[in-house]
Amino acid sequence: MTKQQANWSPYDNNGGTCVAIAGADYCVIAADTRMSTGYSILTRDYSKICKLADKCVMASSGFQADVKALQKVLSARHLIYQHQHNKQMSCPAMGQLLSNTLYYKRFFPYYSFNVLGGLDNEGKGCVYTYDAVGSYERVGYSSQGSGATLITPFLDNQLKSPSPLLLPAKDAVTPLSETEAIDLVKTCFASATERDIYTGDKLEIVVLNADGIRREYMELRKD
Amino acid sequence: MFRNQYDTDVTTWSPAGRLFQVEYAMEAVKQGSAAIGLRSKSHVVLACVNKANSELSSHQKKIFKADDHIGVAIAGLTADGRVLSRYMRSECINYSYSYESPLPVGRLVVQLADKAQVCTQRSWKRPYGVGLLVAGLDESGAHLYYNCPSGNYFEYQAFAIGSRSQAAKTYLERRFENFMGSSRDDLLKDALFAIRETLQGERLTSSICTVAVVGVGEAFHILDQGTVQALIEAFEIAGEEAPASEPTAADQPASEPGVAADQGAPAEHDAAPMDI
Repeated sequence: MTKQQANWSPYDNNGGTCVAIAGADYCVIAADTRMSTGYSILTRDYSKICKLADKCVMASSGFQADVKALQKVLSARHLIYQHQHNKQMSCPAMGQLLSNTLYYKRFFPYYSFNVLGGLDNEGKGCVYTYDAVGSYERVGYSSQGSGATLITPFLDNQLKSPSPLLLPAKDAVTPLSETEAIDLVKTCFASATERDIYTGDKLEIVVLNADGIRREYMELRKD
Repeated sequence: MFRNQYDTDVTTWSPAGRLFQVEYAMEAVKQGSAAIGLRSKSHVVLACVNKANSELSSHQKKIFKADDHIGVAIAGLTADGRVLSRYMRSECINYSYSYESPLPVGRLVVQLADKAQVCTQRSWKRPYGVGLLVAGLDESGAHLYYNCPSGNYFEYQAFAIGSRSQAAKTYLERRFENFMGSSRDDLLKDALFAIRETLQGERLTSSICTVAVVGVGEAFHILDQGTVQALIEAFEIAGEEAPASEPTAADQPASEPGVAADQGAPAEHDAAPMDI
């Protein structure tokens, strides 16, 4: 007598990889633009990155329908916050809101693996990394998604910032400059694209600093 | 209006077919400080008089943003107005969430009116004591509506509510035919002139009035004090005062508005100490 298996799943994995790196006065958030299902490609040009507030950007991989729903909920909550407080939400505040929103659906989770990047109240780069149900931590860099296992050890080695695994926790911001960090991100994705079938097509990079927000693209292998 | 035996409950009709409690609610609107609105083809302007209770307190907030394309000015019981503007914000957000597009102004106004009507037909409720001037922009153009405690609403080219609003209405009635083709600046000028009419000789400065605009390509926002003061001076609206004191008084505001707007500090003697 074998256990009954589900004949249908409410979830699907659309693949893709996200990375975020925090610097002294900037933050880099990047994600590929490939959306897949099974072994097929749905589209080569889908953005996984969403600007939630002036100083706060989220990148999410996983089930994009849940990701879209999560983005909409957070945007609506941000509007309410702005009406009540007459100002934009800070990145740490949005970090907590995202965690609470994810845990709210603890028993039917958003299948969304998120990295939140932005500038904290002092203007320093900050990155928050999450699991699907809202457990989160502020770190100096993070990677989520299908290529994360390939990218994270490389970042641990290259970023010259204290690993989040150290105890006691150290201030994790990388000493690299903005251009160096962007080049590093491009290298990460170029490598991940080689071995991960779900990562490729195009890389979208968003950079947040005191001057505002900037977006860049880089072509990746399409196979 | 005098007390009579039919005015205790909102659910009691008078023999003449009137609901006195609803009419009393509309009286509350007339007691509030003035708010005016006017619109052109592409812009809508709201302006209101901001009187503080005492020199020690801050001004009442009477203009609220409901969404990027809708704003509201209130007159009457401002607490009721705050609650209704929170409702408007929530409706705008929910509509955008579901339909990924901005809530049409006419729809919001009907929802508000229906909400107000409920309070005229339940014995355990009372009507909202606030009149709302709803300014908004949608696919069908620029709109200005007036929502009344009775649950009625009308669309207007220009309107004024609150105390001494008749003076503003008279001013607007003379000019309204030109408003459709007015530029944004002309609309602002007319708004400030209309506000001045309600002040009955008192000097118009940016510390006692608030102005907000919404238009094509321009999200609803409240103009800051410095900008309003500059407009007042540009249009030479300040008002009748002893001519000798005018030139010197006019010089001060020009150099101070930036400071006054930032700190809310009493740079001029007629700026409120607590300007939030």
